Amino acid sequence: MAKKRVMIVGGGLAGLAAAMKLAELGIDVDMMSLTPVKRSHSVCAQGGINACNDQTRQLGDTEWKHFDDTVYGGDFLQHQPPVKELTDWAPKVIDLMDRLGVTFNRTTEGFIDRRRFGGTLYKRTAFAGATTGQQLLYALDEQVRRWESEGKVKKYEFWDFLGPILDENGNCRGCVGQDLVSMEIRSFPADAVILGTGGCGLIYGRSTMSMVCTGSAASRAFQVGAKYGNGECIQVHPTAIPGADKLRLMSESARGEGGRVWVPRTPHDPRDPKSIPEAERYYFLEERYPEYGNLVPRDIATREIFDICVNEGLSVEAGRQCVYLDLTHIDAPELTRKLGGILAIYEKFQGVDPRFTPMKIFPAVHYSMGGLWADYERTTAGGLVLDSPQNQATNIPNLYAIGECDYQYHGANRLGANSLLSCIFSGLIVAPGIETLFASQKGAAADLDKSLFSNAVKKHQSDHDALLKRPAGKENPYLIHQELGDVMTKAATVVRRNDQLEAAYSTVMDLHERAKKCSLSDTGNWTNQNVVFTKALLDMFPLAKAIVKGALQRDECRGAHYKPAFEMPSLKAEDPEGRRREAEQWCDRFDANTDKWLKSTIATWNGNEPDITYEDVDTSLITPRPRLYGLVGAEVIEEVWNERQAKKQAAKGDQGNGASKPAIAGAAS
Amino acid sequence: MADTSQNAQRTPDSFEVRILRQGGPGQNSYWERHRVKHEQDMNVISVLQNIAANAQTVDGKAVAPVAWDCNCLEEVCGACTMVVNGRTRQACTALVDRLLEDNPKEIELQPMTKFPVLRDLMVDRSRLFRSLQKVKAWVPVDGYYDMGVGPKQTREQQEVAYPLSECMSCGCCLEACPQYTKVELTQRDDESDADFQERKNAAYDSAFIGAAAISQAVLFNAHPTGKNIAGERLDALMDEGGIQVCGNAQNCVAVCPKEIPLTTSIAKVGRQTTLHAIKKWFDR
Repeated sequence: MAKKRVMIVGGGLAGLAAAMKLAELGIDVDMMSLTPVKRSHSVCAQGGINACNDQTRQLGDTEWKHFDDTVYGGDFLQHQPPVKELTDWAPKVIDLMDRLGVTFNRTTEGFIDRRRFGGTLYKRTAFAGATTGQQLLYALDEQVRRWESEGKVKKYEFWDFLGPILDENGNCRGCVGQDLVSMEIRSFPADAVILGTGGCGLIYGRSTMSMVCTGSAASRAFQVGAKYGNGECIQVHPTAIPGADKLRLMSESARGEGGRVWVPRTPHDPRDPKSIPEAERYYFLEERYPEYGNLVPRDIATREIFDICVNEGLSVEAGRQCVYLDLTHIDAPELTRKLGGILAIYEKFQGVDPRFTPMKIFPAVHYSMGGLWADYERTTAGGLVLDSPQNQATNIPNLYAIGECDYQYHGANRLGANSLLSCIFSGLIVAPGIETLFASQKGAAADLDKSLFSNAVKKHQSDHDALLKRPAGKENPYLIHQELGDVMTKAATVVRRNDQLEAAYSTVMDLHERAKKCSLSDTGNWTNQNVVFTKALLDMFPLAKAIVKGALQRDECRGAHYKPAFEMPSLKAEDPEGRRREAEQWCDRFDANTDKWLKSTIATWNGNEPDITYEDVDTSLITPRPRLYGLVGAEVIEEVWNERQAKKQAAKGDQGNGASKPAIAGAAS
Repeated sequence: MADTSQNAQRTPDSFEVRILRQGGPGQNSYWERHRVKHEQDMNVISVLQNIAANAQTVDGKAVAPVAWDCNCLEEVCGACTMVVNGRTRQACTALVDRLLEDNPKEIELQPMTKFPVLRDLMVDRSRLFRSLQKVKAWVPVDGYYDMGVGPKQTREQQEVAYPLSECMSCGCCLEACPQYTKVELTQRDDESDADFQERKNAAYDSAFIGAAAISQAVLFNAHPTGKNIAGERLDALMDEGGIQVCGNAQNCVAVCPKEIPLTTSIAKVGRQTTLHAIKKWFDR
């Protein structure tokens, strides 16, 4: 019998962590990536990686609080056991990365330094300058290179994943890939295929994501039956640098290190920002959210920046939307030491030194909380069974999803510095599960009838050849991509309205039909980037439809998904009794909304459109509660809320951890 | 900022881009001219995106889009290295308005010259990643189980290590190095992929390793655990194609986009290998 193998698609943090751990367990690994793995999108992550640590612990922090911040920040839309396991493991993940040589910033005594990030009151975030993602990725890349030199990992770089190979029972038995240089299409028998292929930001045209983040790999799994969860939950990062080719991230760490967001109180004030007196500056996040200030969760910061520019007309510039992100009150050498990497990016692309001039920033599409549906096996205590083959498994047997391309950890909104953690964690945890899976499988994929593989190759080859033979002079894939990006950005980002989403859905349907008629400007069979891009474009549409349809149907506000027509109101009454009455009603409405909407959106592909169903969320560990950041009357609502909770506890005879029924869920403020 | 808007006014509505193209390995290269409409905030990436969307030459002849490599577009991935107006650099940080200030007539793009051209501006830099294997650029940990914290390190150690660890394997230092010469092999008809790979690796390993990998050896030799195999790294760097090939031209440090102190690294390895050689001689 041939030895069993794993194919990992994607060599970012998640894929590399899985490869390294699998190799350690003695399992042979193939890795396929669009780009040399060292150039994966993980390098763009800047700010850091979260974990409860010795210092925060003494200030009252625990793994449980990290868990609570993560589900509260995510508006309770994620299953809780995987998140609990994630945050329990976080300190160990940092220790491991430290041992692998990550150049974490140090305190004067030599400990790993930490900073504060959004959505928490603790300094949990370890960082390596402002290129933490790059530094973590390199450490894993180095370990995988070590295994590669021993022949335990074989890399296929500059290869495109064309799709999984399913046998007659619907089990995944490998995949088909295409060499981006020679254009050769071939099959890779594998006993498990792991997708760690990242987000799908390119569906929005320009975003903070890298050029490989088309979502095509996830889409290719989706189109053969993999479920896609919470597609509509797309994070728009509050602070990015506008650009013609890309919207470049300006890390949350800029605010974590004390950066302040403001606009002049006079619209489009032409003065040099440094000369505008304090009294004439509007620090709107600090004024509206005194507790969290500039470090409110991302969805809230994004909406406020959007609101200040679009609704209040206070954009710094008249012709373009932007606000100031100001670091100039901080000592320049300290900025260089802690944020050098990102400040250099701003200076290189804008020609202005942000240590001395406030930056101009605006929100940009940044992260896909949604993604391929992934399973887990729960312990009675509420964590994960660590060697369960169900962990990270998609609904297609032997096909797994890890990292940003799964929907597992971040609910409706991801907290800053949690993605590096979830990527590494999901990569590490998938490995022992696959070891268990292999122990239960009979036979190896490589020993199966060759026709299974040759037929799959034949199908992809004929699709490819047909594309090349398209008549000239029809649609241009690059222009269709721009149109898709425009419609998605307008309808499915910060503020969502049903009329716009409906219109967008039909536009996306039309664009999809037009995309099928694309002509290629390159019909050759050598390093043909034109055909590769066109294929990726075609595969953006199923996910785009899942995003828009999911957003259209979810008639509520949850995390990054903000629909003003369904917003929970602030309290209006001035008198205490009226307020109290309104708060009672507010809580009733909140409960009703939870019953209806605290559910994962599950999309399945029917060949032309996504069909949407809903699945319950495991909220058994932390009872969902309203997010009240900045709401008028929050204190009264909280009071009513707590009274009701106390009553429920008492009724349950002090036993409840909320496990019976997730009756009460979070809403966006 | 006022300055840039003035420049934007001075820049023309469109500009020419001259690109050195090549259909594939072994084929002849040729220059091709494209005219690109000027827009705000353009860089060489957006120029190439523009050309991809509208692939025709200045004479209106339809051509295949230019092939090039890129990914992050913020100069942390190292993918988009090419020769822009005669200088090796990343295309993403090559801002059009700056380039037009230097030469208002045209922008010139060429592939890197020290690596085999795959097509147009795409080159094969696998030799660079191979060199990281040769110097064992990793921390030789026992494994990935939870073993507690890593070795304590001072802020000074971190501040020396971090800049070295920012190397994104872009290849600029190699492109600029007079001692780093192109190694380009062709697969023989009767040669399997595995055999060809082995032959390539052997050729790469005996040619000059270059500044990037030398500097990585310094990074890991300074790490509290990494230094456990410092001797093996120095052996590799004393091997054929090692540190002795360096001609001290110092071009590497001048072109590094991350301003990594490459010549300092080379000097350090020079000292380390000398000591290592003496030690080995005494230990015989």
